[in-house]
Amino acid sequence: MGSALVVHALDGRGARLGLYVGQPLANARAMVQPLTVIASDEKADGALLENITDWCDRFTPLVSLDPPYGLYLDITGAAHLFGGEAAMLREVTQKMTAQGFTVRAAIAGTSLCARALARFAHGTIVPPGKEASAVAPLPLAALDCDDKNLRALRHAGLKTIGAVADRLHSELSERLGAGFVTRLKIILGAEEKPLTPRRALPDLMAERRFPEPVVTQDAITATLQALAESLSEILERQGRGARLLEAVFFRADGKVDRIAVKTGEGLRDAAVMLRLLRQRLDALADPLDAGFGFDLIRLEAVLAEDINPATISFDANENARQQIGFLIDRLSVRFGDHRVQRFVAQDTHIPEAAGVAVPAQDDFGPQNWALKRLPGDPPRRPLRLLERPEPISVLASIPHGPPKRFRWRQCVQNVVHIEGPERIALEWWKEISWNRLVPTLGETEKQKKERAEKPRPVRNYFRAETESGMRFWLFRDEHQTGWYMHGLFA
Amino acid sequence: MARYGLPPDRPAIPLGHPQADSILGGGLRPGALHEVFAGGWSASGFAALLAIRAAGAKPLFWVRPDFEGQEYGAVSPSGLLELGGDPRQLILVRTRKCDDALAAANDILACGHVGALLLEIRGQPRSLDLVASRRLSLAAGESGASAILLRQSAAAQPSTALTRWQVTSAPSRDDDEDWGNPRFDARLVRHRTGGLGHFLMQWDSEHAVFQQAHPGAVAAAPLHRPADPQIAHAV
Repeated sequence: MGSALVVHALDGRGARLGLYVGQPLANARAMVQPLTVIASDEKADGALLENITDWCDRFTPLVSLDPPYGLYLDITGAAHLFGGEAAMLREVTQKMTAQGFTVRAAIAGTSLCARALARFAHGTIVPPGKEASAVAPLPLAALDCDDKNLRALRHAGLKTIGAVADRLHSELSERLGAGFVTRLKIILGAEEKPLTPRRALPDLMAERRFPEPVVTQDAITATLQALAESLSEILERQGRGARLLEAVFFRADGKVDRIAVKTGEGLRDAAVMLRLLRQRLDALADPLDAGFGFDLIRLEAVLAEDINPATISFDANENARQQIGFLIDRLSVRFGDHRVQRFVAQDTHIPEAAGVAVPAQDDFGPQNWALKRLPGDPPRRPLRLLERPEPISVLASIPHGPPKRFRWRQCVQNVVHIEGPERIALEWWKEISWNRLVPTLGETEKQKKERAEKPRPVRNYFRAETESGMRFWLFRDEHQTGWYMHGLFA
Repeated sequence: MARYGLPPDRPAIPLGHPQADSILGGGLRPGALHEVFAGGWSASGFAALLAIRAAGAKPLFWVRPDFEGQEYGAVSPSGLLELGGDPRQLILVRTRKCDDALAAANDILACGHVGALLLEIRGQPRSLDLVASRRLSLAAGESGASAILLRQSAAAQPSTALTRWQVTSAPSRDDDEDWGNPRFDARLVRHRTGGLGHFLMQWDSEHAVFQQAHPGAVAAAPLHRPADPQIAHAV
C-alpha cells in the first residue's frame, strides 16, 4: 500500500459501523463522517503494554508479553492465592477494567488455547484436558494464521477449529506447513511451548499482600523485615545465599518500583539484607513514593547460589574476607557498584588497558600482574595515568630528540634526566581504535582519513625527571610527531 | 590537654627511615589520621606510599571524588605494582562529591579488617572541617585502620590529625645511575605526640620501605625553623 494511511486500531463504535483494522483511512473516512482520527504511536503502545505486564507481576512472577496487545500470565500454582481460577480471572478483569481498559481473558492449559479463547470466548475457564472441545466451535480466525493458510482452509470448506482438528495432521502439514500444525496442536492443548517471561524468574521470593494499601514508612520497613526473615529462612533451609536481591513495591494505582541490591557473595542474614535495602532506599535519587500506598510488597532472591558449608569457617582470614565483602557491598549499594572498583590485570602492552577497573563485588580468578621494571630498578610505570594524554610543547636539543624543556598545563619544566624510548605499538590483532588513545581534537575529515591509511601508530615513551624533582611519563607519537604527557610518577 | 583524643596505643609501623622512625616513636601509628599536604604532582605519591606501608597485607581503600581523576590522573594499578604495592589489595571508591567521599571514608574506617584508607581531597571543601576530621580520627582509632588524608592545592586547616606532612618531590642525585626512584623532601610539620622533623626520604620499591636518601646536590632547607609557617601553626 506504500505510504497510504491505514486504520491501525478502532474502538467499539467504529467496529459496529463496519470499519476494520487494516482498512485504508480514506476508505474509512468515506464510510463514516465525521471520523475522529488519532495518529498511532506504536512505541507508546508498547510501553503501555510493558507497564501493564509489570503491573500483572502481582498475580504471578511469570508474565510474558504478546505484542501488540496481549499478555500471558502463567498462573500455575498461583490461583489458590486468589481463591481459585474463577475468582482470579474475575479479579484480573475487574482490576484492569477499573483502570479503563477493555479486557478479554480466558484460562486454559496452554498459552495459545487461552489466547484463542480470550479473543473469541471471553471469560472461559477450560478444565484440564478439555482444550480441544473448548476451542472446537471457534471460527477459523481464532487460529490467527496467515492469510494464505486461512484462504486455503476456507477453500477446503472448513469453518471451525474443530473441523480443522478432525483432518489428518499429516495432510495439514503437507498443505499448510509444519509450523501450522505445531500451532494447532498447542491450541488444541496437545503440546505446549514455554513462555518467555518478561523478567527472569527469581529463584526464591517472599511476598505479602495487604487488603488495605500501606503508606507509612514504619509499616513498609516492618514488612521488609518480615520478608527478609522468611526469605532468609528459605535460603537457610536450601543451603543457598542470595547474590541479587530485589524488593518490588506494587503501588495500588498500578505503578511498580523495583529496588535491586547486588551482593558480593551469597547472603542469607536477614539483618544484613534489611540494612542493604534500607541503605539503597535512602540513597535513591527520587525517593520511593508510596502515593496511595502499596498493596503488595515482594522480596525476591533473583539470583541464589549454593553456599558451600566448607567456606563457613572460624578462620580469621576467612572472617576478614567476609567483612571486607560486606563493606564492599555496603559501599556499592550506597554509591553504585560501578563506583567501587577493583582492578583486573589484562594481557596487553597498552598502558591504559593494562588494568581494567571492574565492580569490586564481581568475582574474578587469580590475578597475574607483571612487573615492568627489573629488580632494583626505579618504577617503569607511573602511579597516575592521565585520563587522556595531554599535548605538550617541547624544546629539544636535536630535532625529534628527547626534550630538554617542555610546557605542560602552563608550566615550563626543565628536564634533567630522561630515559627512553620504550616503544609501545598497538597490538595488530586487536580492533581497538587507536584514535581513542591519541587525542584527535580539531582534526579535519581529510586528516583523519590520511591517518587511517597510515600504518598502526607507535608510541615512544620516555621517563623524565625535572629540575624540581617531578617525574613524568611522556610519549611521542611516531606518526603524528607530537609529544604528549601521559602519566605522573611518584 | 594535648593528650586528649589521642588514638589508642598500637604497635607502630616503621617507615624504614631511621631518623623519621625515631621521631615518630617507632613509625607511623595505625588507627590514626595522618595528613599529607603535597606540593606538586609527584609529591602526592608520598601519600600512596604511606598507605602501602600502612596497609601491609590488608586491603587498601583509595577514595577520591571524580574530579580528582580528571585533574591528577587515574590511579594506575601497574604503577602501584611498580612501587611494590599489590594491585589485588587495592579497592578504588570514586564518589561524586566530597561529602560522599567523607561518608565512604567513615564507612571504610569503621571496618577493622581494612589496612589503610587513602582519602584524596583537592582544595578546601567546606565539608572537610574539624568535625569531619575528628570523625575520621575516631573511626580510625576505633578500628585500627590507618587513615591517610591527601590534600592537594590546599592550606592547612584545624584538624585532629596525629601527624601532618608537607611534602615536595626531591630530584635524584645528578650522578645517580638509577635515577627516578621516588624521592621526597618531607617535613613533619605537626606531630601530636612528639617532635617535628625534616627528612629526605627515598622509597625502595623492592622492599616497599622508605630509606634515608643521600642528599647529593640537594640544598637542605633550614632545620631550625618551619618551612611553611602557615601549615605548621594551624592547630
